Amino acid sequence: MPSIEFQGKQIEVDEDGYLVNLNDWSKELAEYMAGKDGITLTDAHWEIINFLRDYYQKYQIAPMIKILVKEVGKVMGPDKGNTKYLYQLFPDGPAKQACRYAGLPKPTGCV
Amino acid sequence: MAKLPKPQELMQTIDFRPPKTDWRNLKVELREGMYCHPAKKKDLEAVDYPYIREWSPKDEDWKLPADWKEQVLEAIRERLIRFRSFHVFMDICVRCGACADKCHFFLGSGDPNNMPVLRAELMRSIYRRYFTPSGKILGSIAGARELTPEIIKEWWYYFYQCTECRRCSLYCPYGIDTAEVTIIAREILNLLGLQLGWIAGPVANCYWKGNHLGLEPHTIKSNIEFMLDDIENITGIRIEPSFNRKGAEILFITPSGDLFGVPGVYTCMGYLMLFHEIGLDYTWSTYASEGGNFGFFTSMEMAKRLTYKIYSEAKRLGVKWILGGECGHMWRIWNQYLPTFWEPPDNLQVPVSPITGTRFEHARYSKLVHVVEFTADLIKHGKLNLDTSRTDHLVVTWHDSCNTSRGMGIFEEPRFVIKNVVKNFYEMPDNTIRERTFCCGSGSGLNASENMELRMRGGFPRAMAVKHVNEKYGVNVLANMCAIDRAALQPLMDYWVPGVTVMGVHELVGNALVMKGEKERTLDMRGEPLPGKEAKEE
Repeated sequence: MPSIEFQGKQIEVDEDGYLVNLNDWSKELAEYMAGKDGITLTDAHWEIINFLRDYYQKYQIAPMIKILVKEVGKVMGPDKGNTKYLYQLFPDGPAKQACRYAGLPKPTGCV
Repeated sequence: MAKLPKPQELMQTIDFRPPKTDWRNLKVELREGMYCHPAKKKDLEAVDYPYIREWSPKDEDWKLPADWKEQVLEAIRERLIRFRSFHVFMDICVRCGACADKCHFFLGSGDPNNMPVLRAELMRSIYRRYFTPSGKILGSIAGARELTPEIIKEWWYYFYQCTECRRCSLYCPYGIDTAEVTIIAREILNLLGLQLGWIAGPVANCYWKGNHLGLEPHTIKSNIEFMLDDIENITGIRIEPSFNRKGAEILFITPSGDLFGVPGVYTCMGYLMLFHEIGLDYTWSTYASEGGNFGFFTSMEMAKRLTYKIYSEAKRLGVKWILGGECGHMWRIWNQYLPTFWEPPDNLQVPVSPITGTRFEHARYSKLVHVVEFTADLIKHGKLNLDTSRTDHLVVTWHDSCNTSRGMGIFEEPRFVIKNVVKNFYEMPDNTIRERTFCCGSGSGLNASENMELRMRGGFPRAMAVKHVNEKYGVNVLANMCAIDRAALQPLMDYWVPGVTVMGVHELVGNALVMKGEKERTLDMRGEPLPGKEAKEE
C-alpha cells in the first residue's frame, strides 16, 4: 500500500493518493497535499473542503456535484455557484481533488 | 495515474498488422491506463471473498494461493459440467475469424488478444492441455498450453478488456458466446483473489447498504429532495413521492447512479415528473435501492445474493409489480436470471399499467417492467401531453445498450418514445445499432478512471459512429437507457466527439412533458435556459 510521509509519520493512502484512514486527516496534511500539487489553499478552498467534510459526516459519502455547486452558490454568491468556479479552485475536478484534500475516500463514479 | 494520450496520438497507435511472433509466445505486458486497480481488502472482506491480500498488478509475484493451479483446474472442471454451453464453446470454434474485427476493443487497440477468437483461446488452450486427450498427448501441436502464473496474468489483463457485450457472438456462425467465457474466466480469477476495486467496492456497498454507491437511506431521500427542488424551480410544481410505503401498487427500482451522478439525476428527475403527472401509485425503497448488479461481474452466486432484496422488498411492501429504471446490465439480470434465482412472491401479479390497462404479458413471470416499455405504452395510448418545441434545439441519436438490445431485444420502445419527445432524430449507421450495436467500452465493471485509455479505445467504434451522424446531421445528443452508458459515454464524447451531450430517455421525456398546472417553462431539465423560451426581461 502506498503512503505519504508527513511530519515524520507514514500515512497510508490508496493508489490515487486518497487517505485510507479518515482519522489521519489534519488541516496541515491538507495543506501539504495541496502544496505538492502546487496549490496554496485559500479561504475559498477551505470553504469547500469544510463543506465536504461536514457533508461526509452526515451522509457517509461525498455530495453529488450539483449539491456542492448549489451550496457554494449559497455561501459564496450566485456568480460562484457553478462548476467553472469550482474547476478554477480545483483544476483536477472538485469531486476528485477537493475530496482528496478533505481526506474523503475517492468518490465512486456512477455505477 | 497513467496519462491519457491525445485522440490523434491514440489513433496512431492502433495497428492491425499481425505480430511477427506466434501469439502463444507473446509475453503479456500490463500497460498502465489499460487496467483497473485491484480490490481493497475491506471490500473483499465485506462479502467474504477468498484470498484477500495486498497485491499490485505491477508486482512480479501476485502472491497466488499455494494450490492455485489445482484450484483453477478444478474450477474449470466444475464449470464444464455445470455449463454445457461453456463445454461446447471450448470445443467447437473453427477459428474462421468472423468475430475478429467485431470487437470494439480489438478495433480500438489492434491487440490480437482482443480478437474474440483469441481471447477465448487464452482459456481454450488450457482446456485442451488438461481436459482433452489430444492436448494431453500432443501439447502445443494440438494448441495446448501449460498453465503457469504468466497465464493468470494474461487472463486478468485480457478478460478485463472484454465488456461481455456479446457483439462477437452475433457474428459467430456457431453462436459461440465469448462473454460466457469471460464470465467464467472472471469467476476463476475471483477465486484467486484477483478482483478489481471498481467492481468489489460497489459489490460491498450493495451488500451492506443496498446500493453500489453506498447511499444510506437518508442520503437517498436527501438527494431526491434536492432533485424535487430543481423540478419545482423548473416547473413550479412540488412533487411529493413516497419512500418504503406499504400498500403502494408499484415498487420502483433504478440503478443508484441515477440518484447521484450527472447526467443520471436528470433522468431520475424525468421519472419523478412523469410518475407525478400520471398519478402513479408507486413507492421508492431505501432498502432495495439498487437495480444494477456488479456482483454479476464477479460470480453468479454473488449476482444472486445481491438480487435477493428486490423480491423480498416487493413482498414486504405488498406491491403488485415492479417497475425498473433505465439500466442495461440490470435488465439482463432481471430479465434472464432474477426469476430463476428467486421465486417471485405471491403478492406480485402480472404487471398491468394502471393508466392504460395494458397487460405486460412478457413480464408475466418475472413481474418486472422496464420504464421505457411503460412510457412507450403511455405515449401509444395518448396519455401524455408532449411539447416538442422545447426540444427543438436537440438533434438526437440513439445508442442501443448491449444488454437491453442484443441481450433482450428492446429496439422499438425507446425509439418510439424519443421520436415522440424530440423532432430531430437520426440513426447511426445500420451496422452499429440495434443488435449490432457497439459497446460504450466501459461496461461490465470497467468504468473506472484509472483505465481511461482502455475505455477510450473500447468506445472508439461507438464514438466514430456518433461522429458520423454529428458531421452529417449535426447530432448533438446521444440518448441511451443505461446508467453505465450515462456515466461512461460523456467522457467518451468529450474525448472523441466534443459537443455531443449524453442524455437518458426520461430526461428528454421530462423536457417535453407538459404537466398540469406547471408554469411556462424557461429552463430545461439541467436548469439551463431553453432556447427560444428564455425568461423575458422584466
